Amino acid sequence: MIRFLEFAGRPLVFFVEECGRIMLLLLSTISWAFRPPFRFRIIFKQMEFVGVNSVGVVLITGAFTGMVLALQTYHGFKMFGGESLVGSTLALAMTRELGPVFTALMVTGRVGSAMAAELGTMKVTEQIDALNTMSVNPVQYLVMPRITAAILMLPVLTIISDFVGIVGGYFVGVNLLKINSGIFIAKIIDIVELDDIYNGLIKAAFFGLILSLVGCYKGIYTIGGAEGVGRATTQSVVLSSILIFISDYFLTAVMF
Amino acid sequence: MINLIKITKSFNTQKVLDELDLNIDPEKITVIIGQSGGGKSVLLKHIIGLIRPDSGQIIIDGIDISNLNDKKLNEVRKKFGMLFQDAALFDSMTVGENVAFPLNEHTRLSKKEVNKTVNEKLNLVGLKNVTHKMPSELSGGMRKRVGLARAIALDPKIVLFDEPTTGLDPIMRESVDELIVATQKRTKATFVIISHDIESAFTIAHKVAMLYQGKIVAVGTPDEIRSSNNSFVKRFIKDLRGQGSGIRD
Ligand SMILES: Nc1ncnc2c1ncn2[C@@H]1O[C@H](COP(=O)(O)OP(=O)(O)OP(=O)(O)O)[C@@H](O)[C@H]1O
Ligand SMILES: [Mg+2]
Repeated sequence: MIRFLEFAGRPLVFFVEECGRIMLLLLSTISWAFRPPFRFRIIFKQMEFVGVNSVGVVLITGAFTGMVLALQTYHGFKMFGGESLVGSTLALAMTRELGPVFTALMVTGRVGSAMAAELGTMKVTEQIDALNTMSVNPVQYLVMPRITAAILMLPVLTIISDFVGIVGGYFVGVNLLKINSGIFIAKIIDIVELDDIYNGLIKAAFFGLILSLVGCYKGIYTIGGAEGVGRATTQSVVLSSILIFISDYFLTAVMF
Repeated sequence: MINLIKITKSFNTQKVLDELDLNIDPEKITVIIGQSGGGKSVLLKHIIGLIRPDSGQIIIDGIDISNLNDKKLNEVRKKFGMLFQDAALFDSMTVGENVAFPLNEHTRLSKKEVNKTVNEKLNLVGLKNVTHKMPSELSGGMRKRVGLARAIALDPKIVLFDEPTTGLDPIMRESVDELIVATQKRTKATFVIISHDIESAFTIAHKVAMLYQGKIVAVGTPDEIRSSNNSFVKRFIKDLRGQGSGIRD
C-alpha cells in the first residue's frame, strides 16, 4: 500500500512542485512589471507576434467552429421543431466557451510553444546568463513583455473568433439550412447578454496568462541542449492545454 | 579586488569546487588553467554571481556577492563584462544591436553616440562591415570577437573570458591573444581568463592560477610556474600540454 502511494504520489508531488515554481515566476513577473524601465517596445513587438500574427488561424478555426455548431444543433433541434434556437445556442456556446477555449488552444500551439522554444534556446546557449551579466533581469526583459502581450491579445482574438463563429453559423443556418434570418438574429439578441461576452473575455485573458506563463517557465528552466528545447516545447503545450481545460471548468463554475 | 574565500560548490553529489581560495590582482591579466570539465566555467560564473556557492565568500571591491539580492547584484555586475565560451550573442539581434545592447540599457547616449561606440569597439576587435549581419552568419572566431566587443562596450573594470581562443585556428588564436593583451593594456581593466591552452596562458598572463580537483593548487607569474620545481606543477603542465595538442589540431 505504501509502495503504491509512493508510486502514485511521485508524479503528483512533481506536479505540485512545478505549479509552485510557476507561481514563483508569476510573482516575480508581477513585481518586475511595475519597475522601470518599462519595456513598451518589446511589449508591442510581442503583441504583434501573439495577436496580429494569430488572426489567420483564429479566423479559420472560429468560422468553422461556428459552422459545424450550426450544423449539429440544427439537426438536434429539428427533431422537436426548435430550429429557431440554433442562433442563440450557437452564440452562447461561442462567446462563453468555444471562442475563448479554442482560441487559447490555437494560440498555445502557435505562440506558447514558440515562447518555450525561443527562451529555451536562449537558456541553453547562455544568452539568458549573458542578460544577467549585463545587469538586465531576464524576467523583466523576456517574461514580463510576453505575459503582458498574451493577457492583452487573447481577449481581442477571442472577440474575433466569437464574431466569425457567429457569422459562419449564420451562413450555414440561414443560407444553407434555410432558417429565417430575422429569427436567427432576434434570438441571439434576445438570449445572449453582454455578461456572456465579458465573462468569455475574462476567461480568454486568464488563458493568455496561463499559456504565456507556462511557455516562459518551460523555456527559462530548459536544460540539456537541443533535445531539452524540444522537450520544453512539447511539455509547454501539453501543460498549458491541461491547465486551460481545468481552469475553464472552475472559471465557468464561478462565473455563470 | 577580487577575493574568493573557501568556495565550495557541488552539483548533486559531484563536488566541483572544494574550499577554493584565490585572490585576483587588479588591473592585471590572470589566467586560470585547468582540465576540461574541471570546473573552470563554474568558477568564472561564481565571480559574476551567475552561480551561488554552497559555502564561502566572493568579495568584489569589498562587497561579498555570494548572498546579495538580485537588485544589488545587478549593481555590482555593472563593473563587469563577460565573454562566454560560445559567445552567447543574442541571435534575434544583429551584430550592431548586440554590441549596442549594454549601451542602450545602461547609458543615456544618443543613437549617434551609440553607433559611434559600437563601430569603435568592433574596429578594436578587428571587425568591419558586420554591423548589419546576424550572429548566425558569422564564423566562430568572428562571434567571439563580437562577444568581446559587447563585453567591453561599457569599458568595464573587470572582464571575464571563458576560453576566448578555444575552437579557433592557430592564426586566429594568436590574433585573439594579441587582441586581449592590447585591450588590457589600453583599458587597464582586470582580466580574468579561463583556458586549457597552457602556451597561450604563458604568453598573455601576468599571473597563472592552476585549478585542479576543485582547488587552486598553484599561483604565480608564468616564469615562476614554468620554472617551478614542484613535481606536481610539472606534471600538471605536461598533462595540459598533452591534452592541449590533442584538442588543438
Ligand atoms: N548547472 C550545472 N548542473 C550540473 N552540473 C554542472 C552544471 N554546470 C557544470 N556542471 C558540472 O560541473 C563540472 C565542471 O563543469 P565546467 O563547465 O565548469 O567545466 P570546464 O572546466 O569549464 O570545462 P570545459 O573546458 O570543457 O569548458 C562538469 O562535470 C559539469 O558536468
Ligand atoms: Mg567551460
